[in-house]
Amino acid sequence: MKKIMILLFVSLFSFSVNSNAKSITLGWAAWDPANALQELTKEFTAETGIEVNFEFVPWPNFADRMLNELNNKGKTFDLLIGDSQWIGAGAVYGHYVKLNDFFDKEGISMSDFSPATVYAYSTWPKGSENYYALPAMGDALAWAYRKDWFDRPELKSEFKKKHGYDLGVPANWNQLYDMCTFFQGREIDGQKRYGAAINTERGSEGITMGVTAAMYAWGMEYENPNKPYDMEGYFNSPQAVEAVEFYRKLYEDCAPPGHSDAYMVANLDAYKSGQVAFQMNWYAFWPGVSKEDSDGRVSGFFANPKQNVAAATLGGQGISVVKYSDKQDLALEYIKWFARPDVQQKWWDLGGYSCHNDVLNSPSFPTSTVYAQGFLDSMGIVKDFWQEPTFVELMLPMQEAIHDYVVNGKGTAKEALDKIIEEWVEVFEADGKL
Amino acid sequence: MSVKKKFKGLSDKAVGWLFIGPTVLLLLAINIYPLVYAIKMSFTNFYANKIGREPQFVGLKNYIKVLNKEAIWEKMQVTASFMFWTLLLQAIIGLGLALLLNRKFKGNELLTTLIVLPMMLSPAVVGVFWTYLYNPQVGLFNYVVNFFYDLGSFDMIGSSTLAPWAIVIVDTWMWTPFTMLICLAGLRSVPNYLYEAAEVDRASKWQQFIYITLPSVLPFLLLALLFRGIENFKMFDMVVELTSGGPGSATELASINLKREAFEKWKTGYSSAFAVILFVTIFGFGNVYVKVMNKIKER
Repeated sequence: MKKIMILLFVSLFSFSVNSNAKSITLGWAAWDPANALQELTKEFTAETGIEVNFEFVPWPNFADRMLNELNNKGKTFDLLIGDSQWIGAGAVYGHYVKLNDFFDKEGISMSDFSPATVYAYSTWPKGSENYYALPAMGDALAWAYRKDWFDRPELKSEFKKKHGYDLGVPANWNQLYDMCTFFQGREIDGQKRYGAAINTERGSEGITMGVTAAMYAWGMEYENPNKPYDMEGYFNSPQAVEAVEFYRKLYEDCAPPGHSDAYMVANLDAYKSGQVAFQMNWYAFWPGVSKEDSDGRVSGFFANPKQNVAAATLGGQGISVVKYSDKQDLALEYIKWFARPDVQQKWWDLGGYSCHNDVLNSPSFPTSTVYAQGFLDSMGIVKDFWQEPTFVELMLPMQEAIHDYVVNGKGTAKEALDKIIEEWVEVFEADGKL
Repeated sequence: MSVKKKFKGLSDKAVGWLFIGPTVLLLLAINIYPLVYAIKMSFTNFYANKIGREPQFVGLKNYIKVLNKEAIWEKMQVTASFMFWTLLLQAIIGLGLALLLNRKFKGNELLTTLIVLPMMLSPAVVGVFWTYLYNPQVGLFNYVVNFFYDLGSFDMIGSSTLAPWAIVIVDTWMWTPFTMLICLAGLRSVPNYLYEAAEVDRASKWQQFIYITLPSVLPFLLLALLFRGIENFKMFDMVVELTSGGPGSATELASINLKREAFEKWKTGYSSAFAVILFVTIFGFGNVYVKVMNKIKER
């Protein structure tokens, strides 16, 4: 009986200790960098005694889950690493805590971070000095290729003979297409290979992120720079139309069979299983790809090729404090810790993409990994989708119309872009912007 | 005795209300109130994600917008086609299987259990694993088709021609057992003496089927199709997992579109109007169907 009483007492005591322990919850997408952050955060807990619980949501459900949580003023998360496009809604609808006073108080300067990432992940309205997030994870859409195939003398000479230039990192999208078609259906080591695993996903944002990589490179602008929300002749310019047509050609001629609803993981799988010569994906995945290729023989990486201009689709996220959290003070403590240059360096070392200038400008950075230089190049040319509070309403018609044209083969590229503008005008009108 | 004492002084009607009261309240709270609220919202320009913005009354604008939107009619067409083919196939195959299983043979029970298995699975899980079965490179479905007739590489969920058939096949695979079970119940309720009398009258097997089996099983079959029709009108999870409504919008059923409008675009007023239209449609069709079914039963 005595033993039972002691056991009961110990259990009750440990429960009360646990319930008193300081803890916060951080929400992010379920992917490799999230695991790196979890690892990094152990140091925060060791230093401060604050436990950090993580909730990682698979990418296809990430936006739905998080935005529903914010719209419902949920208290599940104290910290949220939200997509760059959410910053407008986070600020306008009051989901995120404005961090200016906190930054001033703690001596955190936004000039210590890469300007492109501060602009994309932290500010609303764009370019203002209203900060709603600390740049957490720099990212852009880039390419990986099978360097081991490219290095084969017989393939190199065959390619050169056919196209008159060397098989290597493509200088533009036309060269990328040539190389993709070169590998399409080719038998290598007894297996049939294909050109490229590109984004074609319909449900969330996949095909939009993919096609904009081409559209930006062709010089597409979303709107008239002198007349906001005037999209006619910009978003559906002849260059934009050509880029969308090109993307369809790339899908039709170079994608592996069945690659009609593919995004991050599907592209990665197609590449890792040796189906394709190229994969389009976010820098976030390159540490994982690189890890399996310790001598750097199999994979090479490069920034989005230019066509008319050098440009890349922006990914990445900032870390924000959720307005509805009861533990904002603890969450801010985490941000203060995360902004430290030494923590940022460890973040990069563990496989996260730091946006801190001390890390990026370090002389050893470009050679620290095989994709570091590409990352630096990309972050200088990134462009993002609309970051308006209504970005989901803007994303959905684009997903549908582009998928309908690229994968389904319905209509023309011009018709698809016109249809998107029509829907976007309706969204901006409802939002009082037009 | 104690119950009697407790209700002493209450009329039968009052006791009746006491019993059904909680259920009525529950129904009012979770069915009627949301319905009335949705109808109210359908006349406004409400956006559930725009905090602090008061909804304004817009009259019939949302209804007119829904009914005039070409894309909505495309989604309705996709839904109608999906319903037509799934119900037709499930009726034919379900009845056929029921006729087969109504005979006594060795392994009958085991076969029935195996046939019924697909409908016990979660629709979302079914959607996910059929994406693998339909994979043009390693999918079992494509392999089997090519084994019998060499079509080469074809992509069931990436082609706008094949994707609508892809969802019809999966739904038929999953839910034919349901139709079969209901038909089987109908077949087993047919008294044997009818067949014996028909034999005496020298009716052929075909005549027995047309004049005895079919009329007896038809009310059951129609009931099964009513359930399946309502379910397929609301079909969501399996199709989302299988095709996400794609390619493009080739398999975007009305329910998927409604979810996107309501919970991704957050056009609450507009999507409420769409939901009311869908509700009236299914309610109207359901009523007509039940009336027809009752007439068939009365024959």
